[in-house]
Amino acid sequence: MVKHSVLIGACLMLLACSNATQPNLYQRLGAEDGINAMVDGLLYEIEHDQRIVHHFADSDIGRFHAKLAEQLCQLTGGPCHYSGSTMQESHTGFNISLADYDALVEGLIKVMQRQQISITDQNALLALLAPMYKDISYR
Amino acid sequence: MKTWFFAIALLSVSGAASAGSKIIATGGVTTIEGNAGGGIVPWAVINGYASSNEWSATAFTGRVAINNFTLQSTGVGISLDNTWEFSYARQHFALKTIGGSLSQDIFSIKYHLTGELLYSALPQISLGVQHKRNRDFTLPAAVGAQRATGTDVYLAASKLLFNQVAGRNVLLNGTLRATKANQTGLLGFGSASDKHYQFLFEGSAAIFVNYNLAFGIEFKQKPDNLAFAAEQHWRDVFVAWFINKNVSLTGAYVDLGNIAAQGSQTGYYLAMEATW
Repeated sequence: MVKHSVLIGACLMLLACSNATQPNLYQRLGAEDGINAMVDGLLYEIEHDQRIVHHFADSDIGRFHAKLAEQLCQLTGGPCHYSGSTMQESHTGFNISLADYDALVEGLIKVMQRQQISITDQNALLALLAPMYKDISYR
Repeated sequence: MKTWFFAIALLSVSGAASAGSKIIATGGVTTIEGNAGGGIVPWAVINGYASSNEWSATAFTGRVAINNFTLQSTGVGISLDNTWEFSYARQHFALKTIGGSLSQDIFSIKYHLTGELLYSALPQISLGVQHKRNRDFTLPAAVGAQRATGTDVYLAASKLLFNQVAGRNVLLNGTLRATKANQTGLLGFGSASDKHYQFLFEGSAAIFVNYNLAFGIEFKQKPDNLAFAAEQHWRDVFVAWFINKNVSLTGAYVDLGNIAAQGSQTGYYLAMEATW
């Protein structure tokens, strides 16, 4: 058993080394299609979440979709350049609370689970998004 | 115990009972002293799932079974705004081999000072106070305890680090406690020779396999005030299963060292928590 594990481990290590270009998070999330599906899913969650849907009442959903997809693409190492306003600018006046932020993160987790994104990739994305709280909340 | 189990089973299948907005597991579980934390260490997290402008209620029961003793701990708590935590716990400590029992009530308040467990670079930091009252001081007095009541004050810092070990999230917690308690207060507070507060360290580390399941370790430094028997540090290895936002189960292997001159006390800890 141990021998087998060592052998499998060695093979995996060889594979890892031979594969010079490891897929980055953007690719692991399914690149453009994957990100778009994730944003679609998140919009669905927002639409059905009474806690936060009111914040989006006056939003241009098409623009929101495009900018969020672009931002996620850039953030995860994809070939995009986020062209929207800063997080502080775009959330000023909304007074996004901790509960709102929690609700959105919970929505995102639901979407990632539904899209069967691995737990390690989910955590990698959450690690990138969680620190945005200080720029988004209570403005 | 049976009704408890039934109520929790009902909650876990229904999943319909309302819970707050916090992300699952971020309220921790409830310690044997009634505070949000691990099993023996209070964390900076606030119990339950109340985020900003929300409230939540928790109830828990836990049992430690070690070689010569059992500890049953049961309590309730209310949390507000992810900022305040108010809790009450009653502990009953049965001396299986010596005979007799010890019991105390613990009234606690925790205030979340700063930081957010998930979202800020700064750890979440909270200040807690536990007021403990022995329900029968006869035995603690007989072994040299000075007082039947005592107040512990602790400062806790907790941080969840995403994507740390094998892509999993890791929770780290450090707690500094000022206490006079003998065996957490079950044997009263202070002694003729040790009347003053001592500062002690407690720590926990846990890894989340997924959103619902965490494995961890805990360490709790203890004072040694009573002359009749040496008191030793506590440690445990635990698994916490957050079935949903309404129910969690915790199991642990505990090593509580020597207690009341009875040799090495090891055994298990099992606890259930319900949250609304």
